[in-house]
Amino acid sequence: MTMADAKMRQSVLIIACGALAREIFALKDANKLDHVTLRCLPADLHNRPDQIADAVGEAIAEARSEFDRIVVAYADCGTRGALDRLLKEEGVERLDGPHCYAFYSGLDKFLAESERDIDAFYLTDFLVRHFDRLVYRALGLDRYPELRDDYFRHYSRLVYLVQCEDEGLMVKAREAAQCLQLKFEVRQTGYGELGRFVAAL
Amino acid sequence: MTDSDDIVLNALSDEDLVAQMHDDLYDGLKEEIEEGVRILLDRGWEPYKVLTDALVEGMRIVGIDFREGILFVPEVLLSAGAMKGGMAILRPLLAETGAPPVGKMVIGTVKGDIHDIGKNLVSMMMEGAGFEVIDLGINNPVENYIEALEEHKPDILGMSALLTTTMPYMKTVIDALEEKGIRDDYLVLVGGAPLSEEFGEAINADAYCRDAAVTVDTAKELMQRKHNQPASAGS
Repeated sequence: MTMADAKMRQSVLIIACGALAREIFALKDANKLDHVTLRCLPADLHNRPDQIADAVGEAIAEARSEFDRIVVAYADCGTRGALDRLLKEEGVERLDGPHCYAFYSGLDKFLAESERDIDAFYLTDFLVRHFDRLVYRALGLDRYPELRDDYFRHYSRLVYLVQCEDEGLMVKAREAAQCLQLKFEVRQTGYGELGRFVAAL
Repeated sequence: MTDSDDIVLNALSDEDLVAQMHDDLYDGLKEEIEEGVRILLDRGWEPYKVLTDALVEGMRIVGIDFREGILFVPEVLLSAGAMKGGMAILRPLLAETGAPPVGKMVIGTVKGDIHDIGKNLVSMMMEGAGFEVIDLGINNPVENYIEALEEHKPDILGMSALLTTTMPYMKTVIDALEEKGIRDDYLVLVGGAPLSEEFGEAINADAYCRDAAVTVDTAKELMQRKHNQPASAGS
């Protein structure tokens, strides 16, 4: 692509969950998407999914006049359809699927394996990196380890969905499984449908 | 709990003890709750009064603060654990009194879903409110629900799901009830994090209940309406 082509390309804003920031930056660089800008909302919103649609709505309103096109890198993420209702009104598209485990795995594959994976607790690179804060402490297990069974009694496996191979993360993921007393399983997903979503911009 | 704490609890008046138990439930102190229940029973309180005044009222306060974002899931689970401790003491005594239950509920998490924290809270709060609860546990196919309905003949069917991928199964169950011509024999209440009022209406549930306290209130209200129906129809 020539510089002239790049100038002709529409400016695109991705409004994304903070949990996808590192991955989207990597994809943006790999695909040389200089016309794409990334703005992230706090990943902690996942613990308060009722607030996601409002936060995305505000971000769209703020950015509307700055970009030719806006897309949203969230799945439904527990918003109970609220995000879809907002995006339909705004004419903005989002990542397909219910959550990041599904779009990393591939939607069809994820749904096809959902019965077999009924006892699987998933972690992504992001969640491994922030396991202590977003899982262990958020569930109160640092203060009340006796709650382990309340949360994980029916799980038997921790399945680590690997986006980008990293020996340090693999060690942390294995430790997380031990900490939750779950068997450890690894699946190399890469960026899955997130990769295709970003590359198509 | 230490012996000195025992003495302190024993030294409280009934009113102060119940207030203290509300605080202890809020703080998830199971042993203190068990001790408080025993003290009130020793003082001649009826088991049902201990249950409603000390435990259910305490959990009602916990529920309000959970809804308002003051308490979070870990704290609610600790409170629930403390209430369970008290309920374990009271349950056999309540059964002895032979008081008829307010109603009967079959409840379970739907097929494909193993999440039961919310369902367990609902079961406990419904039991605390005087309902007989038959809990089918997790991952229930249609057949489990139908068998349980035929066997226990409840007033209410409760279904729970945490996943967007499993919540549509609630409609599968309701459709099966309709096919068998028994849908209107039961009040169907549904709940779970990804659900909404609209979803409940869309699948022809009687109500969507956003938390355990709301489930109790909804169940009581709908039971009342159901009981009033024949009289209204005849007037």
